[in-house]
Amino acid sequence: MSDHLSSSWTVSAHTRGSSASMLVILALVTLAVAAPLFVSRSVVQDLFFILTMLVLAQCWNLLAGYAGLVSVGQQAFVGFGAYTMFAGVSLLGMDPMAAIMLGGLAALALSVPTAFFVFRLQGAYFAIGTWVIAEIVRLSLAQWKALGGGTGTSLPSGATRDMFGVRFVADLLGMRGPQAADIVCYWLALLLAVVTIGSIYKLLRSKQGLGLAAVRDNREAACSVGVDPLWTKSFVYLVAALATGLTGALIYVQKARISPDAAFSVPDWTAYVIFIAVIGGIGTIEGPIIGVIVFYILQSLLADYGSWYLLILGLIGILIMLFAPHGLWGLFADRTGIQLFPVRRILAGQPRTKDIKGSD
Amino acid sequence: MNWLDTIIQGILLGGLYALFAAGLSLVFGIMRLVNLAHGDLIVLAAFLILLLVSTLGLNPFIAAAVALPMMFALGWALQFLVLNRTLGNDILPPLLVTFGLSVVIQNGLLEGFSADSRRISASALETASLKIGPVSIGTMPLLTFLSAVGVIIALNLVFYRTSLGRAFRATSDDSATAGLMGIRAERIFATATGLAMMVVTIAALYLGTRANFDPTMGPARLIYAFEAVILGGLGSFWGTLAGGIIIGVAQTVGAAINPEWQILAGHIAFLVVLVVRPRGLFPRAVD
Repeated sequence: MSDHLSSSWTVSAHTRGSSASMLVILALVTLAVAAPLFVSRSVVQDLFFILTMLVLAQCWNLLAGYAGLVSVGQQAFVGFGAYTMFAGVSLLGMDPMAAIMLGGLAALALSVPTAFFVFRLQGAYFAIGTWVIAEIVRLSLAQWKALGGGTGTSLPSGATRDMFGVRFVADLLGMRGPQAADIVCYWLALLLAVVTIGSIYKLLRSKQGLGLAAVRDNREAACSVGVDPLWTKSFVYLVAALATGLTGALIYVQKARISPDAAFSVPDWTAYVIFIAVIGGIGTIEGPIIGVIVFYILQSLLADYGSWYLLILGLIGILIMLFAPHGLWGLFADRTGIQLFPVRRILAGQPRTKDIKGSD
Repeated sequence: MNWLDTIIQGILLGGLYALFAAGLSLVFGIMRLVNLAHGDLIVLAAFLILLLVSTLGLNPFIAAAVALPMMFALGWALQFLVLNRTLGNDILPPLLVTFGLSVVIQNGLLEGFSADSRRISASALETASLKIGPVSIGTMPLLTFLSAVGVIIALNLVFYRTSLGRAFRATSDDSATAGLMGIRAERIFATATGLAMMVVTIAALYLGTRANFDPTMGPARLIYAFEAVILGGLGSFWGTLAGGIIIGVAQTVGAAINPEWQILAGHIAFLVVLVVRPRGLFPRAVD
């Protein structure tokens, strides 16, 4: 930017409407925080489910949509975070909230050696490599007899009721422990969703985010201007593992029962998540938000049809990938030009003709 | 003698994994496409053979022979109508479309055949065995291994001795120039996937006659196949057989130590080889 022409050019990611959308988002988040005061317990549980799936989808989208890393093994971090949380609560007697943090850190720690393996594989082989890692973690944890081995185990009774903040919420709102625990879990999920989306947004608007997109679009060109692709991708992989692990731990505080097959389930933590991102639109922050809403509606409509549900979801995913690869949000944004989370840099201004003549 | 027996069982099991992997290796070698539905297509073919055996009362081997052209047609159509649209520089569409396909096949089979385990009965062959010195070798495992060797010899012949193979290699190297010589890449790709589905049918025959199978076991077969391909080195069919044998031996040795370690031992062997030889044992293709 030290170029003498730069004074007449500006690069901005700001668009008309992006400030307005920030205000709308702020209002929505405030509404979401207050929601447990006026909706029923089952709605709070549904919202919790939507928010946790949203975080998982945002993390997967960060990997696939921005870093070009298609992972089919994110269930490794969901399950590992959840199992670490269980170990913290059941074996070490920790508070579940502290154990959730531990679960996230454990997933982060797991992602360091796994990055070492999977980054040896390119493209499609990376995808199956992550799956192999997830299988290894699942089979290893199934050997952990203290946590129920292959059949799994439950949280000690009352553990979630004694979680930090639950008694306070119960007294404040005059409700019973389990209901207050659901609300605290929901608030944690909301916090996680807001922090995850905020961090991804901030990352993508930063210099590192620009480097990430550059590596995805043209690796050689990005290298030639000084972007280190391995470092950039590793960073994203680690961040996604941390957030995925925290989400996994949080989901299993609410479920209170774990088994290796459920915690490392490919349909639950990878297939659904991929379809959410694909249907909504890969490579945008808005995509997974739209996707998770469509996903929830489809699930409510088709819940009674068993495997037909996944079959239909799979078909929709294939059709979208073939005919509208930017998803529903892509279709909308292409027609309207609206971006809620603008990350594209727009060059504004005009050349000062005198300078150009003088310099060339 | 117990260990010798374990290792021979492992080598024969490796033959089955090489059969799983050969189709994957063929498709990847020609069009750089990794089909995440490969394992589910094996299970689909096993159900097709089961259907032919149970409704027409055919011998499993004859049923597989009937299934071969059907699976070729399915593979040809799948590639021509769907997968060709996903090929390009972006790796997302092929991966996500085949992942969707995997979910669709799995749940379609669950709806059609329920989650029960099935088995294709091969009557007397199932229990027959040959006694060679101190070890006895099951006839079915031996037949599986010999079929794997046969498939690999056949694929190598097709690849390096026929005009179809020349078209395969030319398209793989440079599809634009191959197009100038009158080779239609989309048809070559469809033929390759059809051929891969024939290999899948042979793999399905042995998958279904050797042990129980159910609609959800496809992804695990994909993983074994993938490990065999990577271990062997991309683009080498014999390498794929070697990779399959490594996974097979690691699994039987792991199971001999502790039955719960069978699958885990195979995955760990894969990781160890990957660390020592990142490009596999016999790398040929540069990719």
